Amino acid sequence: MCGIVGLFLKVKALEPKLGAMLTDMLITMSDRGPDSAGIAVYGEDHEGRAKLTLQAADPALFNGLAGEIEDECGVAVKLRTIDTHAVLDLPEDKLAQVRGTVKYLRPDVRVMSAGEVIEIYKEVGLPGEVAKRFDIPELTGSHGIGHTRMATESAVTTLGAHPFSTGADQCLVHNGSLSNHNSLRRKLAREGVTVETENDTEVAAAYLTWKMQEGATLGEALEAGIDDLDGFYTFVVGTKDGFGVVRDPIACKPAVMAETDQYVAFGSEYRALVNLPGIEDAKVWEPEPATVYFWKH
Amino acid sequence: MQTFDLEANGLRALNETLQAQAQTTNETAWDVINPRGSHAIAVGLDAPIEVTVNGSTGYYCAGMNQQATVHVKGNVGPGAAENMMSGKLIVDGDASQYAGATGHGGLLVIKGNASSRCGISMKGIDIVVGGNVGHMSAFMAQAGHMVVCGDAGDALGDSIYEAQLFVRGSVKSLGADCIEKEMRPEHIAKLTELLDAAGVDADPADFKRYGSARQLYNFNIDNAY
Repeated sequence: MCGIVGLFLKVKALEPKLGAMLTDMLITMSDRGPDSAGIAVYGEDHEGRAKLTLQAADPALFNGLAGEIEDECGVAVKLRTIDTHAVLDLPEDKLAQVRGTVKYLRPDVRVMSAGEVIEIYKEVGLPGEVAKRFDIPELTGSHGIGHTRMATESAVTTLGAHPFSTGADQCLVHNGSLSNHNSLRRKLAREGVTVETENDTEVAAAYLTWKMQEGATLGEALEAGIDDLDGFYTFVVGTKDGFGVVRDPIACKPAVMAETDQYVAFGSEYRALVNLPGIEDAKVWEPEPATVYFWKH
Repeated sequence: MQTFDLEANGLRALNETLQAQAQTTNETAWDVINPRGSHAIAVGLDAPIEVTVNGSTGYYCAGMNQQATVHVKGNVGPGAAENMMSGKLIVDGDASQYAGATGHGGLLVIKGNASSRCGISMKGIDIVVGGNVGHMSAFMAQAGHMVVCGDAGDALGDSIYEAQLFVRGSVKSLGADCIEKEMRPEHIAKLTELLDAAGVDADPADFKRYGSARQLYNFNIDNAY
């Protein structure tokens, strides 16, 4: 089934509350997906700096990592450990080098996301517990996406949890299942795009990243996806400064959107939106099938 | 007027209370506050009572209704008035997917738009939509009437049996075996009656009628895939 929530803030005043608002929405969607939960938050942009969100089954792997990266790469990095995740703060121009170094120094550590502002936290377990472990209510940011997963296409693991991030500051969450993910995975592999898991959603995320690397805007990539991705899907996607929604042409996966002059919100059900400020006077609607909705800062 | 706070007292208590009303109850008017998108509000009612829901609902609002009039002052989620037998559901806002599905009787009024598969497999229910309906509406509709004051999406009336469809606006496409039909005086009369019952101000002369070409009723090898 899966539950999706998303929040794109139009005003700065709400930014300190982003994590709390998203957590509330996410917990409401627990009964749509009790297997795992994840959240992507787009935080403040610090000029010239970038972030890598890392995950390790054993957080002891993070011990001493910052110092070892500094020795290897000759750059100053900061590492903040939160439960099974850690966020590395580093110079933007060293992102690729540091990412490679992490892989070399700690082969068992996974990169959840990379980019200037994105942080992704995801784990198996109930959404409320996952949010608590990572202190998600305290996160600030301009927009964010959350997901509660009822696993259908691949195993219940941390890596199989959403959101999936396959490009800098990009992420995607999905309710539904794709029927052509295996053939698409092979096609993307021939284009040099590889994915880490057997999960259908990761293929969709990689497809959009590939389209954008080929020069498409996110809107164009989503339009192309309507033709190339077969199956049931409601996608909510994030970029550094954008937020998009698209449903397949049959559109049997539920979706509700709300917009005020303060925010745009998405929920699999209206229930997820009821605590948002000013929801009584918001424009509330169901996104049309095979139609791309997109907002940008 | 009885007021029921759904947030304070919970869904089970609401439905038990409403379902327990006798045919001769004096407590005929009920106000539900704080629905907050909850599922299955006012389902399985079987008494001539009037329930007003002050806000939007989730899945299956007023499902399996008999006799009761339910009025939602907001939007309804998927499956509103599913399998309704008699009575009414009036929605001031929009309805999500498959509103009025498999309804056997009664009247469903959606003042806003309805999403896809409105009236799927309807079996006698009357549905009046003030705005548009989405794709695959009235799919396999067997009996009853659907009135659409706005436009209809793709594949209207696909594999339709004997339900009658009236559309004022455009129809994006007709489904298999659904055709436009002549508007005879008895159809104008029925449409006038439905518009009046729904309280919708529209001229019956502006509507077109659609129904079954009856080509799928008998086995025909050309219809096999």
